[in-house]
Amino acid sequence: MSALLPPEFEDLEPFAATWCLATEAERWERRMASSMNELHAFYDAAFPRIEAAIEHCDRHALDALPADVEHLLQLVHSLVLVAMAVEIFAQPKTVDSADAELHRVKEPLP
Amino acid sequence: MSTTTTPHRWPRPAEGTWTEHYPELGTGPVSFEDCVSPEFYELERDAIFKRAWLNVGRVEELPRAGSYFTKEIEVAGASLLVVRGADGAIRAFHNVCRHRGNKLAWSEDPREETAGACRQFTCKYHGWRYDLEGALTFVQQEGEFFDLDKADRGLAPVHCDVWNGFIFVNLDREPRQSLREFLGPMLGGLDGYPFDRLTERYDFVADNNSNWKLFADAFQEYYHVPSLHPQQVPIAVRNPEAGFECAHFQCDGPHRVVSTGGARRWTLPPEFMYPIERATRSGLVGPWEAPDIGPVPAGVNPGGVEPWGISNFQIFPNVELLIYSTGWYLLYRYWPTSPGSHRFEATLGFHPARTVRERVEHEVAAVVFKEFALQDAGMLGGTQAALETRVLDEFPLNDQEILVRHFHKVVGDWVAEAGR
Repeated sequence: MSALLPPEFEDLEPFAATWCLATEAERWERRMASSMNELHAFYDAAFPRIEAAIEHCDRHALDALPADVEHLLQLVHSLVLVAMAVEIFAQPKTVDSADAELHRVKEPLP
Repeated sequence: MSTTTTPHRWPRPAEGTWTEHYPELGTGPVSFEDCVSPEFYELERDAIFKRAWLNVGRVEELPRAGSYFTKEIEVAGASLLVVRGADGAIRAFHNVCRHRGNKLAWSEDPREETAGACRQFTCKYHGWRYDLEGALTFVQQEGEFFDLDKADRGLAPVHCDVWNGFIFVNLDREPRQSLREFLGPMLGGLDGYPFDRLTERYDFVADNNSNWKLFADAFQEYYHVPSLHPQQVPIAVRNPEAGFECAHFQCDGPHRVVSTGGARRWTLPPEFMYPIERATRSGLVGPWEAPDIGPVPAGVNPGGVEPWGISNFQIFPNVELLIYSTGWYLLYRYWPTSPGSHRFEATLGFHPARTVRERVEHEVAAVVFKEFALQDAGMLGGTQAALETRVLDEFPLNDQEILVRHFHKVVGDWVAEAGR
């Protein structure tokens, strides 16, 4: 399988197929379907790279990202969502959210 | 007013409390029967939702002539069609064909809202056509009808006006006040705020198992924040005894505002932020760096709070407009769907990101917003369920909850007024 991410980020390639997701709805569903072990594994690998990832993406115009760079930005978006579970709630689901849902129906892409 | 010995952080009105500054509010316990009574819900339909101006969207949602969206307002029994005409003006109509009453604009499910752009509206049923200004322009086999004058059969108009780019409708036959009069001087103080530059939008919807007013209540006081949202402060520096004191409260007619102030989150020692906030320079209160959105009117901070953080305007009946000092806003709408349920809509508006870094800042704000709104939404099913037991019918409200007190009083006043 060919790489999804820029070569500089091949260390994150094992997470790309799982976490390069275009919309928040997909990222949210993936977080809810993940175990804390899985979320920690992604977070521990990706968080130390977030600064470098944002800087790499910012070599391109936001509205003209090459495909691999767009995947990298999607990975950053996923990391933001996973950070909530890892840093704040220590579980995939928002603490005390009971049966509530809140669907993001419009967002800028990427 | 109480036995607390904690000094107040912010100056208060001469009366000593915010609540007593508005003597018509009283200080006694309040009833939430208005959130559980099916009879009261029936009264709210006409007294509030068919009388007040209701925000249904933003002008940016109708970018060009022929752009339209539909809006279902179940509590008022209305389906609306909001459209930008060939003349550029925005109009609202009942979304009902004048021939046999079919819903005019809809896609797969007539209960679902739709949006798009067109040159005219054509009814699916018998092909009657209406132009963008609502005039009936074509009737199939017109000669078969009896005394049909197309000029009398245009779409039924709904009063519609625009304030700072926010589209409002009024379902009253003849609104008692113009939109401007209805909004009053406090909200008028927002005139000129550059909402039209904050066009990068994140929209959310949810069905919630609580009365529409209960959700509004949760967003018009901050007293609940330390208890329901303890995770807003990292655990290492969390103080279980910490309260929350708002800097300014103000009521103007049926509308309200609460402002917060104090040290900005990112100026605190680093341990007061989560790692993802430090890495992205964004978080609970949005991006740390404010974009240049030009001058903002003094009315966004009507109490002159310094340092100012947020002003949270409650536009009667069902809108919250929350403006951050860092140049972005949140808008919530609560649409009743039954006495014990409502549909929640939320929009976050940012200056369009120019770089990936800015896009990530906005993403963080949108993600954090959802986490904590889910806590509010999750809890309110419990409030609704317990209130419906009707074991209790009087509840004490403190001075930080003045806007809850004001809201329920105004709702009661409007219902009483309509019944006279």
